[in-house]
Amino acid sequence: MRKRSGWALWLLASQLTVAAPLDELGRTPSAAELIEVDTDVMPDGTGLPAGSGTVADGQRVYQQYCVSCHGEQGRGGTHNVLVDPSGEHKTIANYWPYPTTIFDYIRRAMPYDRAGLLTDEEVYSVTAYLLFLSGLITDDVVLSADTLVAIEMPATHRFVRDDRRGGAEIR
Amino acid sequence: MSTDSDPASLKRRRLLLSAAGVSLAVPAMATTIRYPGAGPTQNGSRAASESLARLPLQGIVSATPLQDLHGSLTPSDLHFERHHGGVPRLDPDQHELFIHGMLARSKALRLADLKRLPAVTRTCFIECSGNYITALGARSTPQVLAGLTSQSEWTGVLLSTLLRALGVSDKAKWLLAEGADGPLLSRSIPMDKALDDAMIAYAQNGEAIRPEQGYPFRLLLPGWEGNTQVKWLRRIEVSDAPFMTREETARYTDVLSDGRIRQFSFTMDARSIITSPTFPQQLEPGPQEIRGIAWSGRGRIRAVEVSTDGGRRWQPARLDGPVLPTAHTRFHFSWYWDGQATVLQSRAIDETGYVQPTLGQLKAVRDSRGIPYHFNPIIAWHVQRDGQIRFEETG
Repeated sequence: MRKRSGWALWLLASQLTVAAPLDELGRTPSAAELIEVDTDVMPDGTGLPAGSGTVADGQRVYQQYCVSCHGEQGRGGTHNVLVDPSGEHKTIANYWPYPTTIFDYIRRAMPYDRAGLLTDEEVYSVTAYLLFLSGLITDDVVLSADTLVAIEMPATHRFVRDDRRGGAEIR
Repeated sequence: MSTDSDPASLKRRRLLLSAAGVSLAVPAMATTIRYPGAGPTQNGSRAASESLARLPLQGIVSATPLQDLHGSLTPSDLHFERHHGGVPRLDPDQHELFIHGMLARSKALRLADLKRLPAVTRTCFIECSGNYITALGARSTPQVLAGLTSQSEWTGVLLSTLLRALGVSDKAKWLLAEGADGPLLSRSIPMDKALDDAMIAYAQNGEAIRPEQGYPFRLLLPGWEGNTQVKWLRRIEVSDAPFMTREETARYTDVLSDGRIRQFSFTMDARSIITSPTFPQQLEPGPQEIRGIAWSGRGRIRAVEVSTDGGRRWQPARLDGPVLPTAHTRFHFSWYWDGQATVLQSRAIDETGYVQPTLGQLKAVRDSRGIPYHFNPIIAWHVQRDGQIRFEETG
């Protein structure tokens, strides 16, 4: 009996030690480190930096870093079509549901061969230029956190959550 | 370097002698001398006569040679590849995974730290939701049509082990998984999956994960589309809402036939493919063993049915056990080819009762233009009277 309770106690103690090994592993990142790696932007604007950009500046950024792959005015390049008045391709104007995704994606992934190169102002500017080419803003809009979040995207209402659940029905 | 003691030269000489009608002076025993082979080496190699290779397609993927494989596991060097900014080189002693957001505390962990946590091992497939490339038409092999799926035995730490230890907020519903590749590929993952069977995997088929598969570690989400299983994982941010990254809005979303766009379609529906006999094999009349694989992101494969008469009659195939959930399941079907033109097809049925659809059934509910994701129609191999086999979209 006594032996058994000793065993139970040992088991309990060993499980307690196993339950929290993470405390002794790795390290706690500093607030500054987390700010540096946390570049994502959410649809409500969380994560958008200070600063702003213009369509005119965006055109200059685009000509310098983007035109070689995406073509003049966002089409006819070797890579993805960004602007397509014909509606044949899936583009910002007819498919992207949130304006914040444009900023987030350019900042994290573009230009392809030197991702991370652009300043926040350049990202705001080239986002503004693409929104202008897409017919979603006029050329006098100054894009910042507030004005970017307020842009309505034509495709937003088309998006629905996954309703497949397995079973006999093909969806 | 041909001497009399060289077995090849000996055999040649004996052949020449016997061809000339000369009786052989050398006793027959001499040809059965066995010479030592190569000694032990550090790393093995494939037989020189076996040519297994991935196939690069469309400049952005390389596909697994399904037609050349047996069983259910994919050799690690043949696991399909898809990445969005190339393979980064990461130093495991430097690379850290940051876990932060709606947690009681944040953490930065290296590979060595993860290896000291309770480990789990699980065999499952990873499939790109863009699997099913028909661009090569009749000359498509299984590798082309469905080679963006591979199966491995993965070892790592359950994500729930980490999240629970760090204290998940009651309000947390999603997390962002972000890679350390050029474009910092990122996807929003529901907390339910994260706390269920999500794993941070650092080993594949018994060795460290290969760079193309996410070295030093990747996210593993059994049964879900490959893109969500972020490689070269560098950051997990817990939140109360999805982040709406490019890969879950502009890409990896499914246009339905009524124009709506289905988002967060994570689970891979059941699919199967006959991997032999297929193009470019030449069939001889007589007994045949039809082989293939089937899998479902929703659990176990319940049955695979094969039709050898163009879909009029479907018969159950034999499944190789054990049948694991969210795993490639090998099937076999014995068939006798009478030399007449016919069509070979397979369809998977999973444990939810889902039956792999025909092309027509899928086209009725989806907009199949462009690159459709989650497009899993029954695949048909057309056997011609001359024994040639070609792929043709059917049904």
